[in-house]
Amino acid sequence: MIVADRKKIPEIRDMVKNHRRVLLVGCGTCVTVCLAGGEREVGILGSALRMALRLQHHDVVVDECTIERQCEDAFIDILAQRAPEYDAICSLGCGAGVQALAERFSNIAVYPGLNTQFMGILESQGVWTEKCSGCGNCRLGEFAGICPITRCAKRLLNGPCGGSRDGKCEVNANIDCGWQLIHDRAGKLGILDPFEQIVPPHDWSTGLDGGPRKVVREDQCIAGLGPKS
Amino acid sequence: MADEPLILAMCCHYCAYAAADLAGSMRLQYPGNVRVLRLPCTGKLEVNYLMAAFERGVDGVIVAGCLEGGCHFLEGNLRARRRVERARKLLAEIGLEPERLEMFNLSSAEGPRFAEIVTTMVERLKRLGTSPLRPDPTRIERGVQEMNQQAEAMLAGDKR
Repeated sequence: MIVADRKKIPEIRDMVKNHRRVLLVGCGTCVTVCLAGGEREVGILGSALRMALRLQHHDVVVDECTIERQCEDAFIDILAQRAPEYDAICSLGCGAGVQALAERFSNIAVYPGLNTQFMGILESQGVWTEKCSGCGNCRLGEFAGICPITRCAKRLLNGPCGGSRDGKCEVNANIDCGWQLIHDRAGKLGILDPFEQIVPPHDWSTGLDGGPRKVVREDQCIAGLGPKS
Repeated sequence: MADEPLILAMCCHYCAYAAADLAGSMRLQYPGNVRVLRLPCTGKLEVNYLMAAFERGVDGVIVAGCLEGGCHFLEGNLRARRRVERARKLLAEIGLEPERLEMFNLSSAEGPRFAEIVTTMVERLKRLGTSPLRPDPTRIERGVQEMNQQAEAMLAGDKR
């Protein structure tokens, strides 16, 4: 899932303070699960933001709503009637949700209420960890199911480096060395032999370096409503 | 009472609520600034309850749960303490003094301690002053008048 956390209230307050009516929009998908932008968090931020604005004598109406998914236009339909009553929207969705709202409501200012962090998993209650960099060319099969691009601070494909100490990374002693994890797991699986070979450089052309990416499933496209470009 | 602090006490049914009751039975004097709200357990407490209270202009909130290790639901009071800590951080971000919110632990037999907690909070809140979010009484009065007028207009409409 996409993991995010809330921006500090003064930052959000300063973004919206010059508007008259602001709609806080939560998202019921990933950011609800990571406790950053679901219905409950929208309620808490709504109260907090109204208080922060009143304390600085800004007369701004802040209303709240949460939709099932901000990153799909069909779900944003629910907002279509309500949104024109506001001159700004503060989205508690991930960066994709914020931009989807901005695309849909061209006449309304849209601000992010969250800092989108990464794609990750729930490590333990209240702790999320990054696991995938979305490089567009998954090599997990070659690395015993552990991603060296995400889990190694240097993104090495031929590791570990000299900074690996007692299974920890030299960047931060709280971070496991991704390559130590790869070797340990490959050892248990009995598949260490391929690691004798040098792995050639990664093909980064599938990554973000080639500009924003697009996935098209032509069999799923509706005639006349296909990809925009 | 205009300048007296207004306090909301969110009390666990199994301890603080009974302690407040006991304080009454013992004829103990404590300031009348407190409004007691009973929770089935402080574990029922959500951060947005606390935010809603401060947004409506209370000067301070007491969260009172069982002694640690003595929660009827095992760890409701421990969860409440973490939520109170989060709410205090939010208050600081907003620009309100986090000291306006405090969690206490007590047993149902501690009527005198409940009175002491309320007294402590009243003294603290008098030092901090009235919440800057307390609604303006003239505005409330105006709102009530408008609602009355609307209700009368609706009733007049019904009669026609």
